[in-house]
Amino acid sequence: MSLARRRAINVVMITLTYVAAIIATLPLLFILLHLLRQGATAVNWNFFTRMPAPTGESGGGMANAIVGTGIIVLLASALGLPVGIGAGLFLAENRRARLATIVRFLSDVLNGLPSIVLGIFAWQLVVRPFKHFSALAGGLALGAMMIPLVTRATEEMIRLVPVSMREAALALGYSKWRASLSVVLRTALPGIVTGALMAVARIAGETAPLIFTAFGNQFWSVSPTQPIAALPLQIYTYAISPYDDWHAQAWAGALVLLGFVLVISLAARFATRSRFGLGGD
Amino acid sequence: MDHSKTEAAWSASSARKRSAAIVVRMGGSSNGDRVYRWVTTGFALFIPILLLLIAAEVFVAGWPALSKFGVGFFTGTEWDPVNGRFGAAPALFGTIVSSLLALILATPLAVGVAIFLSEFAPRWIRRPVAFLVDLLAAIPSVVYGLWGILVLVPVLREHVMPFFKETLRLGNLPLFSGPSYGPSMLAAACILAIMVLPYISAVSREVLMAVPRSQREAALALGATRWEMIWDAVLPFARSGIIGGVILGLGRALGETMAVTMVIGNRHAISASLFAPGYTMASVIANEFSEATNDLHVSALMAVGAALFLVTVLVNVIARWLVWRTARGGA
Repeated sequence: MSLARRRAINVVMITLTYVAAIIATLPLLFILLHLLRQGATAVNWNFFTRMPAPTGESGGGMANAIVGTGIIVLLASALGLPVGIGAGLFLAENRRARLATIVRFLSDVLNGLPSIVLGIFAWQLVVRPFKHFSALAGGLALGAMMIPLVTRATEEMIRLVPVSMREAALALGYSKWRASLSVVLRTALPGIVTGALMAVARIAGETAPLIFTAFGNQFWSVSPTQPIAALPLQIYTYAISPYDDWHAQAWAGALVLLGFVLVISLAARFATRSRFGLGGD
Repeated sequence: MDHSKTEAAWSASSARKRSAAIVVRMGGSSNGDRVYRWVTTGFALFIPILLLLIAAEVFVAGWPALSKFGVGFFTGTEWDPVNGRFGAAPALFGTIVSSLLALILATPLAVGVAIFLSEFAPRWIRRPVAFLVDLLAAIPSVVYGLWGILVLVPVLREHVMPFFKETLRLGNLPLFSGPSYGPSMLAAACILAIMVLPYISAVSREVLMAVPRSQREAALALGATRWEMIWDAVLPFARSGIIGGVILGLGRALGETMAVTMVIGNRHAISASLFAPGYTMASVIANEFSEATNDLHVSALMAVGAALFLVTVLVNVIARWLVWRTARGGA
């Protein structure tokens, strides 16, 4: 091959990687653009304080869905945080134990499960025996999703704590468990909070596992044992409807949901970066 | 004299007390340590138990349908809840085709971006581009679905599909035949491609960064152009890691539910045409589960879920193994 040809190929291929970079950023820009253009007009005070309007009427809001998502996320955290942090502590402190290797691997497997599978699992475990949909079932499905995320974040953050901190605590007469909890875990806490926030950002937008667990609710409900509205569910219902009013509401809901998710994950990212001098994940 | 005696006695007794206190504390702490160990081990064990429970619940619930239809469940093309006949072949077909198409669209882009970011990008542009691509992974799938159904599908129906049929005159090929509905396999593949792009590119970037400098310097020293360096020295080194990233993306695509359900058209049919509507395993469950009236229908949907469970676990295990092998520099 002549040198000229090789140089030409070089230039073409390098240009193509630039083109790939441009194309890869375009979908995000398009999606953000449409969200802002379509959603911004419908996001107003009423959107956060009013209930959904009946079919055919314009306006209305998603107050119940916003609160509902908050409740489901709380329920999910009640399962995901203790288990995730506990398992993360175990993995960080018994790094080479055989059980740790197995748990780490299965945690990855759990993380790779489609969310819809967790949905049918929660349905089978909670909805079927009790014969009605409930916020609890939704919380179980999302909590199971949260566990591997929190586990991994906790393990990584605890590994960043210098061993000398633990040794210092032990040298001062702390027992092992107190050294773990009040020195190591406490030092890693900001990082773990960050990881927990990322996990919340990830599950808050989930729809699939909620369709037949939390189910959605057109009315105001905060009871964990009743069907409950959720922002992603409401967006889904509105998006597949044929009405323009509802499409506008769906855009507004999507804008609010994405805003919520982005604010949390950006805040989490910057918090980690400034603390540990790392670039997020 | 007395004074110092008492002091000595005092200090001796206080030392005894203190050592007693230390003994007591150590006794207490070893109990505490044991409890702490039990509790963290218990939380760690929760993960395997949960996974087993999920598998058990889903497989047991799906068993009636699996045992009734046998292999026919996966080869049958008729899905008729009213008459109690369930063949999941169209959903299986749709899941595989939409995911593979998505990978075909996304992989070159993702690897291109990864190469750009790890080899060519000026420092000031590296961060923002990496950030924007990563951000794609943060968008909830229902938002992708909304954008897909209200923006992407109309664009495909009015511009892209007519372009293939009329401008390129490819309408007679089976791949592009049939009416242009809009919601279609093509729409699902496009949305999925956007959704898996950040996963593939993140893993590829990581793997490319792990390729030793010496590998690059050696190629350049032999007179390779920059591209030849990448193609002949860097990519072979990173290959199995990149494939791992692609398979990880495949795992995401196979299980992706909402966005696909909203744009694929939801029809139990196998069609060669990319413009025809289809179905995927995840979207069958999402669509029909809350309306399933009889036990067999529920069981059939559970069986679909069980199959999805198996496939995604398998795919993820392969992917992690490949990435792990490259990341530790074995390949």
